[in-house]
This record gives sequence, C-alpha cells and structure tokens, in this order.
Amino acid sequence: MRDQAELKQKSARVGGQHGRGRHRLSMYLKMLSASLLRRKSRMLVALLAVAVGSTILSGLLTIYYDIPRQLEHEFRSYGANLIILPKDASQGLDLDLPEKLAETIEKSSVVGIAPYAYRNVRVNELPYRVAATKLEEAHKNSPYWLIKGEFPDAKGEVLIGNDLARNIGLKAGDEIIIGRVDKKASNKQSSDNKSAGSDGVANIADKLVERSYRVSGVVVTGGAEDSLIFMDFDDLKRLDSEYDGRYNVIECSIVGDAASIEAIANRLKSTDPSLNPRPAKRLTASQDVVLDKLKSLIWLVTFIVLILTMISVSTTMMAVVTERRKEIALKKALGATNQSVVLEFLGEGLMLGLLGGALGCVLGYFFARRVSEEVFARAIVFHPILIPLTLILASAITVLACLHPVRKTIEVKPALVLKGE
Amino acid sequence: MKDDKNIHNEAEIRSQDFLAFEPGPSEQRDAILKLEDISKIYGELHALDHVNLTVREGEWIAIMGPSGSGKTTLMNIIASMDSPSEGRVLLDGRDISKEDAKALTEIRRDKIGLVFQQFHLVNYLNCIENVMLAQYYHSMPDEKEAMEALEAVGLGDRAHHLPAQLSGGEQQRACIARAIINHPRILLADEPTGNLDEKNEVIVMDIFRKLHAAGSTIIVVTHDPEVGFEAERMITLDHGRIVSDQKQEQQRVSDVLAAKRAEIGVEN
Repeated sequence: MRDQAELKQKSARVGGQHGRGRHRLSMYLKMLSASLLRRKSRMLVALLAVAVGSTILSGLLTIYYDIPRQLEHEFRSYGANLIILPKDASQGLDLDLPEKLAETIEKSSVVGIAPYAYRNVRVNELPYRVAATKLEEAHKNSPYWLIKGEFPDAKGEVLIGNDLARNIGLKAGDEIIIGRVDKKASNKQSSDNKSAGSDGVANIADKLVERSYRVSGVVVTGGAEDSLIFMDFDDLKRLDSEYDGRYNVIECSIVGDAASIEAIANRLKSTDPSLNPRPAKRLTASQDVVLDKLKSLIWLVTFIVLILTMISVSTTMMAVVTERRKEIALKKALGATNQSVVLEFLGEGLMLGLLGGALGCVLGYFFARRVSEEVFARAIVFHPILIPLTLILASAITVLACLHPVRKTIEVKPALVLKGE
Repeated sequence: MKDDKNIHNEAEIRSQDFLAFEPGPSEQRDAILKLEDISKIYGELHALDHVNLTVREGEWIAIMGPSGSGKTTLMNIIASMDSPSEGRVLLDGRDISKEDAKALTEIRRDKIGLVFQQFHLVNYLNCIENVMLAQYYHSMPDEKEAMEALEAVGLGDRAHHLPAQLSGGEQQRACIARAIINHPRILLADEPTGNLDEKNEVIVMDIFRKLHAAGSTIIVVTHDPEVGFEAERMITLDHGRIVSDQKQEQQRVSDVLAAKRAEIGVEN
C-alpha cells in the first residue's frame, strides 16, 4: 500500500509538470462546468443577477459612447455653429470660399455650408432686407424653420419671413414686388441733374428697380428670419445688377463639440487671415454642458447598477457557500487546501461573470437601441470595443462580489461539518 | 440494479487486482499509528482522556462505544482533522500532534482515506468524477485508475451516474472507491453501514474484508456490534478512555458474516 501510494506520487511527479498541469486543469474545468450546469437553479439566479447588471452596464456604455454623436445631430437642428465673417466687412467673402471650406472640414462632419449676401430692398415702400443664399444649404443648417407653403424649387421663387408676410398681407402662392435702388442709374441721373443746374433731389429721384417674385412659402422661426426675404443668388442678381458675387457671411453647421469647432475656427484663421471665423458659443457651449450632464448621469446610474449587481451576486454566492458547506468540508477532508477551494469558487464566479457578460453584451445592445430610438429617434451605432469591455467588467465585478462569500469557505472546518449523525 | 451476487464476486476479483499486497502476521508488522497519552479537552470536558493506542500496518480495528464516549473525537484526530490537547500522535513515525492546519491537510491528503456514514459525494459530479476528485487534490486525476477503483467495488457500470441516481449502497461503494484511490496508509470509516440496509451492509463489509485481506489498514468507528465483530481487533471507548482492547476470534467473524450472507442470499 505504502509503496503504491509513493509510486503514484512519484509517477505523477515524473509524468512532468506539463502533463500533470493539463490533467489538473482539465479536472478543474470539469468541476466548474459541472457545478454550473448541474446545479442550474441556484446558478441561474446568480447568472441572472450578473446578466441583468451586464445588460444595463453594456447598454449604458453603448449609449455613453453614442451620446455625443446623437447630441451633435440633435444640436445641429438648432442652427449653424460656426459663423465666418470677413475681417474687413467692406471686402466680403470670396465666391469660392464655401467650396474651400468643404475641403478643409472633414466631409462627414459637414451638415451644411450656407453663404449669405444681404441687401436692403423695398416692398410696398417699406424697407426690408433680402438674404440671398444657397437655399438648400440654408435649410440644412436650419431644419427648425417652419415653412408655411413650399420650399422654393424654381427661379423667381422666394421665402418671406412671417412678420413681413403679416405686415404686407402675403401668403404662399402670392406675388411680391421687391424694389432695389439702382445706384448706377441713380448716380448717372444725379450727375445729369447737376450738369443741368438742378438743385439735385437725388433721393427722390433714385431709380428703383422692381422685380416680381412668387412667394413659395412663409418662414416662421420667431427670430430674425421672420423679417427677411430669402432668395437664391441668381434671383438677387436679377434684382441687383451690381452684385459682385461676394458674401457677407457664411454660416456652417458642423458635427462636433465645442473644442473641435474651435479647432476648425483656428485652422481657418491661420490658413486665411482675411477670415474671421466665430464659433456660435451659445450652441457649442450648451451642447457640451448637456453632454457632460448626460454623461455624469450615465456614470451615476452605471455605478449604482454595478453596486446593486455586486450586492445581488454577493448575496447569492453567500447562499451558495452556505448551501455547499458539506461539499467544502468534504473537499478539505480529501486534502484540498483553502487556496484550492477559494480558486474553485472564484473560478465559478469568473465563469458566471463571463457568461453573464456575454448575455449582457447582446441584451445591452438591444436595450441601448430601444433607448436611442425612444429618446433620440435614431438608430444606435454598435461599438465592438464594448464586447471585451463588458466581459472584463462583468467578470471583475462578479469575482469582486465573490471575494467576501468565498472567504467564508476558509472558515469551514471539516471535522465539525462532516461529523456523523 | 446489478445482481448483488455478481457485484460481490466482481468486487472480490477486482479489489485483489487493485490492492495487491502481501501482509505478514500483524504482530511483526510496523506500527503505522501511535497515540501516546493523548487527551482532548473542551473546557471542563475531557472528550479523550489519556488514550494510548498502536495501530499496525494491515490491521483492521473497530472503535466502539456509546454516544459521547469520544469515538468521533478520536477519529478526527486520527484523520488529521483535529489535534489533541495533550499527548503525541505519531503517523508513520512523524509526530503530527503539533502540526498546523496546512500540514494536517497534506497529511490527510497523502495518508488517510475517509469513508463517511452519509457518503458525502459531491452531488454535481458523477461517480467517476467523485473518485477523480480525490486524485485531483492528491496528485493528478487519472480516469483509468479511477475506473479500476470503481470496478474494484463493483461500480464500473455506474461510473457516469450522478450520486442522486445511485442507491445508498452504491453511494457508499463510490465513497470507498474514492477513499482507496490514492492508496492511503489508513482507511478510516465512520459508521460506514449506518445508513445502509442489511443487503448493502454485507456488500460494504465484504469490500472492507477484501481490502483488509489485500493489506489495507482499516479503522472503523461504529455503534453496530456486528460491524465491530468483523474487525480483527475491537477497541471500546467510554468517557474518553479505552476500556477494552480485544483481538477478535476469526471464526466468530466468519460466523456473523456467514449468517448475514445466508439471510440475504449471497453465497459465501
């Protein structure tokens, strides 16, 4: 007997650490899987706790990573966030600047680039301002515009502001006569009068060029737009023969946070010193404040969920350890060290964490997708990095939650637990 | 369930293969275990009171006595699951009475095989995995060897059954297979037939008899005089002291066993 026992130990040693380790690892994994698979009811409770925690964790992390994108799109509905003015107002901005800007700024982040040229005009003898722009781009920048009627889609069509429409009594489909003083003709007439010895009543004699346009729609914003007339550059040229094609301002709507918009502004300033780019602080700063608050809220909820998951797993594992006191005592009676028993329980915890984490990854995505659809009415973008992140976090939390219950296994005394009845 | 007669014969053949050993007369054999004047004191209570005992290699000893006589305490000390308050315990010549918990775990792992009244099989491991569990903690799991041990106790065909799918007798035999798998110096059984019916009691005692015949040193703690009579030496405890230490008459052992066998229809 003695010889056989010694021979066995010796052959195990001679068998090599590698082979021995492999056999032991295989038995260790067999024990862990058997414990999880054959003790379904108890382990299902623990697995459910981990899976629920991981689902919320993974879902919130998905939202956390996606929220800047969602909010940036949300904030793009509030108008342009980068205004480009000429340093010298009398010079205006070059005709090809919008194209240059589109090349400078990353294409995917550009929502719209709308150049504007403003002109004073008269309608029914009252002074108003025309904002000539690329109407499609302006609409992209300002999706919040409420248009009563239709958006212009043909030459000779204009949008008029709500105040103007009310004052003059116009509505979509009506005709509007817009007049503009033709300075060239006026100057010529003025010089003719002077040479004829007239006292020169130039203002009265200003030559007014009038053009007729069709009102395709009425813009309602509650802001400055309500007293403007929006038209295309070609229509402006029809009204103002002197228009040289330069812009007064270019409004850009770009996806990005305050820092990235600021960076674009600085880049433009350094590339072209004649430009005066100004981030719309009101929008970019608000966006960052809202984003920070939302992120903090997500962190807080995630933290609370993690704590609740840990409490839940820890309680379940405590019950598991209490339930398995006889098994622990038996293993110790068979020669298991405290370390072996602790490793077995932590191994079970790790497996639970990985399984729960894997479930959480899948369910979390659907959770995040639902939240995104409900809150932002947009689809969520899946971030693959969240898979290992969720698995690691779920495993770490489960193992951490197991530490206290597992420590209880050390206190189990085989002689006390296994004594006969 | 497998026919008891077949199990009996099968166990006889295979146990001899599994535990091949040629014992000599017990008096000439070395002492495996020596308890020298040991006491276990809990406050005012002397659970063991100056106990002296020598167990020789290959001996089969029954420790008997009424409840509270100190049987369990003595068993725990022999099993290295407890230490005496006073005295020395020499296992294979090594004094283990002052060893710490870690050293006692190693001693238990390497030298003791335990059989319990309640079997204590791990319920989510099947029969062979339960046997391999003892190998896992001892050295290295070996499925072939575990199967041999199960076959030695007549459980080869139940190797992949879970404990809940086994009868009490089968569970106890699995427990014995687990106890002998690492070739322990001492096989220590606590009321091994306490939860078994007569038929299974005979089967289990037959396995012990064969293990003893093959040279195993067996210590059985029991209330049951019939189980005690099977041993070659019967020690009786009372109030923590050894009150008798008797050699059994082999003929009487056979008589008791034969009567039981006849009762349940198992051939001698």
